[in-house]
Amino acid sequence: MSNPNPPILEETHVGGGNVNPVENTFTDRLSHVLADLGKNGIFIALIAVVVLFSILTNGILLRPQNISNLVVQNGYILVLAIGMVMVIIAGHIDLSVGSVAAFVGACSGVFAVQWGLPWWLSVILSLGIGALVGVWQGFWVAFVGIPAFIVTLAGMLIFRGLALVVLGNANIGSFPAEYRALGNGFLSDVFGDFEIDPLTLGVGALAIVILIVQQVRTRRGRQKYGQDVEPMAWFITKLVLVSAAIGFFAYSLASYKGIPVTLIILAVLVLVYGIVMNRTVFGRHIYAIGGNRHAAELSGIKTRRVDFWLFVNMGVLAALAGLIFTARLNLAGPKAGDGFELEAISAAFIGGAAVQGGVGTIGGAIVGGLIIGVLNNGMSILGIGIEWQQAVKGLVLLLAVAFDVYNKRRSGGQ
Amino acid sequence: MTTNILEMRGITKTFPGVKALSNVNLEVERGEVHAICGENGAGKSTLMKVLSGVYAHGTYGGDIVFENETVEFKDLSDSEAKGIVIIHQELALSPYLSIAENIFLNNEQKGRGGLIDWNKTNFEASKLLARVGLRENPTTKIMDIGVGKQQLVEIAKALSKEVKLLILDEPTAALNDEDSDHLLDLILHLKGQGITSIIISHKLNEIKKVADSVTVIRDGKTIETIAKADVTEDRIIKDMVGRDLEHRYPDHTPHIGEELLRVEDWTAHHPQDSSRVMVDNVNLNVRAGEIVGIAGLMGAGRTEFAMSLFGQSYGSRISGKVFLRGEEIKTRTVAEAIGHGIAYATEDRKTYGLNLIEDIKRNISMASLKKLERYGLVHDNEEYAVANEYRKSMNIKAPSVLVKTGKLSGGNQQKVVLSKWIYADPDVLILDEPTRGIDVGAKYEIYTIINRLAAAGKGIVMISSELPELLGICDRVYALSEGRITGELPVEEATPEAMLKLMTMEKPR
Repeated sequence: MSNPNPPILEETHVGGGNVNPVENTFTDRLSHVLADLGKNGIFIALIAVVVLFSILTNGILLRPQNISNLVVQNGYILVLAIGMVMVIIAGHIDLSVGSVAAFVGACSGVFAVQWGLPWWLSVILSLGIGALVGVWQGFWVAFVGIPAFIVTLAGMLIFRGLALVVLGNANIGSFPAEYRALGNGFLSDVFGDFEIDPLTLGVGALAIVILIVQQVRTRRGRQKYGQDVEPMAWFITKLVLVSAAIGFFAYSLASYKGIPVTLIILAVLVLVYGIVMNRTVFGRHIYAIGGNRHAAELSGIKTRRVDFWLFVNMGVLAALAGLIFTARLNLAGPKAGDGFELEAISAAFIGGAAVQGGVGTIGGAIVGGLIIGVLNNGMSILGIGIEWQQAVKGLVLLLAVAFDVYNKRRSGGQ
Repeated sequence: MTTNILEMRGITKTFPGVKALSNVNLEVERGEVHAICGENGAGKSTLMKVLSGVYAHGTYGGDIVFENETVEFKDLSDSEAKGIVIIHQELALSPYLSIAENIFLNNEQKGRGGLIDWNKTNFEASKLLARVGLRENPTTKIMDIGVGKQQLVEIAKALSKEVKLLILDEPTAALNDEDSDHLLDLILHLKGQGITSIIISHKLNEIKKVADSVTVIRDGKTIETIAKADVTEDRIIKDMVGRDLEHRYPDHTPHIGEELLRVEDWTAHHPQDSSRVMVDNVNLNVRAGEIVGIAGLMGAGRTEFAMSLFGQSYGSRISGKVFLRGEEIKTRTVAEAIGHGIAYATEDRKTYGLNLIEDIKRNISMASLKKLERYGLVHDNEEYAVANEYRKSMNIKAPSVLVKTGKLSGGNQQKVVLSKWIYADPDVLILDEPTRGIDVGAKYEIYTIINRLAAAGKGIVMISSELPELLGICDRVYALSEGRITGELPVEEATPEAMLKLMTMEKPR
């Protein structure tokens, strides 16, 4: 398998050593930086929003407690955004996730509170129910061929209804402590009670080390294969900036309550799904299907199967979001998950996903979700009413997509 | 006063980083049919966009003089107001509206009170349809008539606007021979009525048939304008490619080995109407190192046969047997077909072949990601290296493999599609119209690649509507008509006359 190329290629194999002759000119470096900035416009937007609200709130936004809150308050939306961006990349949509989250939250209430099952069993059963919901919707989308918009619009009604049925018109609470930790637990004080939690700082430091090692390895790998890499100075600048951000973030968490359990769940999801989307055959197939379904089919990709599993995956993630939300409120109620689908969809689109499918990233969706989260949080601190918050968020979504469209047009895409 | 209806003088148009047109001159005489030839990317379409106002005045250099008057068009409606109408390669008709509605789209026939007068609309439409020789009810929906007729509707639409100069961009690219002939006759007929036409075309025989003069453009420059009497195919080709192309087809010495693929009694029905036979008892075989052609007119069932064979991608009630190296195999899904070493490169690159928003690299690997998998992960550096090798060996003209395939020219897109399938390493490669919409130079490269594949022991099935091409590179040719194989000839015996006779052979009724 080391040389998978058929012998038809007469040309000699050219491996590495493909040095770019203009590597060291200033303009080349600058173009790298600009290209990067263009590609990562979404990160810059996040930074801009954070800076703006830090100033407006006199720094309250970046206080340790608030940073911790930001993560915990937006965790479930970010979990949904991960599944949602995958569905959107494949060219579908899922309008039912809010209802599914409410339905699963209600079921988990029955398991953990009414039946008194152990917390871990309740969690497993609830995720299972999410998977079954996904199987149901995936079946209609993938194998019957009904547009996902319709299937999940129906699902939005069906599962909201079922949530009410399960709840029997009442709230279910209060949940066992271990269950509640999913939503508002913290990992800290393992090494004793310190002003600044050493575990959190340690994890932060570890994250920085892993990031640097991984980035350097990727860069070396690319160089070995003769690919263009960004100039060293810019590479280091970026690493320093990102490391500083992680460091600040870890320090903030450490000086509050430690690492939120929600953050641990999120970090694992981002890591795993990031790899799935970029480096696995399944992930590549999702992009291929979204880019051109016919071409994907005629390349031997089992498009129906991919669609089906995407919805199963979305169901499980919606269930997880429902669990986190229920745990945080310590209550399974009929209004749970209201409007989650819209926030998750907004996150994906603000994060650069394309309505036609084929384009989008997990990282983008997370940053998109964070932008919404910072807007929510910042405006709440400023005492801006919910009515204006809605309007501003709508405007941001519109502008983000408009910017994206403008950018593509300028770069000559059709 | 000159007799010229149109003069374009010193037209220069630059895009960021590219000079698309430099100092192009074009003179079109009143009442003539003027052909514009050039390879893909030579600048023909850009020139026509400048002329029709798609590129507004001020975004290009040079002057346009139409009917002895310097014109400065800001958009398409400006040029239409002067009587210049352009019909694009991709037809601009709405499939769900009727013929009459399409003809008078944005030019609605209003009656009293500003409401649309449908009787007048349909009556006027039928008069226009008679002028273009299309016998259809004006209330028929566009989606219910064939591409050839749709083309005529476009011309009727142009006539409704009192056209003086009609520009046709590759009008026969999607038409069969019969429809093409009809269209070309219509152009000559309109010429008799005083309508001047500019026709952009790749097809040299049709240029010879209709054009009074030919202007050849290469690399954004006018090479020369040739009068009808002096037009020869060789001269046009030489102008287009900038060199003599003595051999339009590369030499190929076949080394034919054992039988690779045999198809027996292959029958497939229409996907919606399962009583309609589209592929009728087809039997054929391909041997290692052999290039086998399938010739047939439009609608003969060539693509239908290939796609039904390739994982039942087309049709319903499919029956028949497939043997690979003598052993019977099933090809019920595309994955299964690929698994058995069969590949199919589609005739419609943009719809069925490529993911246009992805880069060259990911398109090449699309059908073979499993090969690049290490420990469950796609080895993306390896993928880059593989794609880069194909970029070099297939001569894909792009600065890197990270360029989106949507930005490549037709020929280079086709090379990406071929790379994808060559990387999948099949035994049998079915190529459906591999040179459609590709310029002469790139065609030669594609033929060379096909020869290379055959020389490496692959079995090639080549489907094409261009008979000379099949006879130029195949070892053996099948003729297909009404879904049936009507004959099989070794290339030495396959004269165009003999083939055409087989290709038009009707079913005994």
